[in-house]
Amino acid sequence: MEKLNLFQKVWKNHEVNKLENGQTQLFVGRHLIHEVTSPQAFGMLKEKGLPVRYPERTFATVDHIVPTDEINEPYSDPLADAMIKELRKNCEDTGVTFFDVSSGKQGIVHVVGPEQGLTQPGMTIACGDSHTSTHGAFGAIAFGVGTSQVRDLLATQTLALSPLKVRRIEVNGNLAPGVYAKDVILHIIRKLGVNGGTGFAYEYAGDVFDNFSMEERMTACNMSIEGGARVGYVNPDQKTFEYLRGRPYSPSESDWDTAVSTWELLASDPGCNYDDIVHFDASEISPTVTWGINPAQAISVEENIPDPTQLSTTEASSTREALEYMKLKAGTPIKGTAIDVAFIGSCTNGRFSDLEEVANRIQGHKVKENVKAIVVPGSQIVSKVAQEKGLDTIFKEAGFEWRNAGCSMCLAMNPDKLIGDQLCASSSNRNFKGRQGSPTGRTMLMSPLMVAAAAISGEITDSREVFPS
Amino acid sequence: MPLEKITTVTGQGVYVPGDDIDTDRIIPARFMKCVTFDGLGEYLFYDVRHDGNDKLTEHALNNPNFSSASIMLSGMNFGCGSSREHAPQSLYRAGFRAIIAGNFAEIFFGNSINLGMPCVSLDEAGRIKLASMIESDPTLELKIDLVDREIVAGDTHFNFDIRDGARESLMNGKWDPIDELLNNVTSIEKVAKSLSYN
Ligand code: SF4
Repeated sequence: MEKLNLFQKVWKNHEVNKLENGQTQLFVGRHLIHEVTSPQAFGMLKEKGLPVRYPERTFATVDHIVPTDEINEPYSDPLADAMIKELRKNCEDTGVTFFDVSSGKQGIVHVVGPEQGLTQPGMTIACGDSHTSTHGAFGAIAFGVGTSQVRDLLATQTLALSPLKVRRIEVNGNLAPGVYAKDVILHIIRKLGVNGGTGFAYEYAGDVFDNFSMEERMTACNMSIEGGARVGYVNPDQKTFEYLRGRPYSPSESDWDTAVSTWELLASDPGCNYDDIVHFDASEISPTVTWGINPAQAISVEENIPDPTQLSTTEASSTREALEYMKLKAGTPIKGTAIDVAFIGSCTNGRFSDLEEVANRIQGHKVKENVKAIVVPGSQIVSKVAQEKGLDTIFKEAGFEWRNAGCSMCLAMNPDKLIGDQLCASSSNRNFKGRQGSPTGRTMLMSPLMVAAAAISGEITDSREVFPS
Repeated sequence: MPLEKITTVTGQGVYVPGDDIDTDRIIPARFMKCVTFDGLGEYLFYDVRHDGNDKLTEHALNNPNFSSASIMLSGMNFGCGSSREHAPQSLYRAGFRAIIAGNFAEIFFGNSINLGMPCVSLDEAGRIKLASMIESDPTLELKIDLVDREIVAGDTHFNFDIRDGARESLMNGKWDPIDELLNNVTSIEKVAKSLSYN
């Protein structure tokens, strides 16, 4: 039998037709929507007089615009208020399930999907959001789409797409203590570049990914798009199945064995073909921090900030632009850079295990004066479980603010924003100019524990020095 | 209603230098608090076109010489970052009908083609030459010819790349796939039924 990789198997199962322009009409089994990129799509549907074809395959939540310090409507921002009401109405009118704020299940769409068991191996999953790659952690083919495609999905549950090439990325060996999934993916992007993945799906593999928990796999897959890869996935294994057992939308106990036996066939066949294979050595990865204005502009916390005079002309000009924006000095250690804000949250690192890891380490420490430190759980369920375990108290005692679930300061479409040129140590995924709500605000990406270390020292620090193991 | 067959795009150009121009730069997130795309053109590149006091900066898009430009020229990896269709929508609504860059982020590229806005890739030497031609004569008319895969600027011809499928959909007036997708109801239903999940 032909040996296939997971991408090819899943793609094949979902092919509907060949289109005139050579693209494939691909069936998308799960469609997730949120308030920012769906209202225009519902509008387009109405304009064309089209119904939602498979409302039971679309699930909605609200995440980008929800305030994290108040839950009562109307929201103080009338535009945000209009957006949540519009989504609620569209869901009511069309029969789409909506995890509203009152449901206790609301949260960032990429946290909610897996948590509810909506994300399963072998599915095709799309959402009007580029971090949909997160769901690939389960061995699904999951990708972000634009709003016209949200319309296509609502109307037909299919998309016009061209297949991707597949690059296998193997990370072998053991990670040193204090090195997390976030460091691994920042390292990969640093080495392969922000557009190195254009045209590819990334298959993550090797010892490190085998050993990762599901939440760690999600952190890595989440940032695939930051390396230009629209899709990132990990082959499903026992860990994947165990994570899904008993979740609300997972197969029921009576269907469980059949489901697992189908899922077991999905992993890439040994000896299958890849368009490219790259290897990384886990022991070479350190706690990693971004110094620039794209996620590939990253270095180990022990390194110095790059010096444009030592670089090729093309690299030098982008480095200069980044350093000027970031107000950082070339050639100096990144350690010791003073921060103003610390943000723990987002679809990259706002899950329970992220919060637990930090809470376990920060007891007895205090956030530095003048640093604003906030923790924003990725979903209401993450928040509830964390509170049941007392994590909120630990964070508050250490001087962090404990907020309600949402995207918050990851992109600052809600009231949580940087002010002026504040510098934020952030567990999120994008350090673009102006990303965190102020046109001159500065972002440095790192793992949640590195954010906590920065919050406590008031400057970029090696978390292993603040929290010796 | 059949879509327009897009074989050429002509217009004045404007050069917006830089690599990795991301979607947050093209349209900052705070302007996405909207339930329609109308009016997004106004906020195109807002944060680099305005200083902290809402005064206009020296950005090329603020230069009156380029105010009627409809073709943008930029660097590598244009449109990286988010999947927001708000980005190509704001370009389109600000009057742009084609983008020339080194290459494009995938989701941005797809979103743009869906709007009937060709995105064509030009090599570095070509970009440098074309940029200097545009800057020295803002009134210069550019023609992007999808049939011959070339940009014509005065007497100069530049060959460009564009994915075959995208080029064909533009030229055949099939750049918005919705009608074709809607045609295949029976095959869609068949696949839906064949899946191990619902
Ligand atoms: S947390 Fe950030 S990256 Fe994730 S969906 Fe929300 S805004 Fe997007």
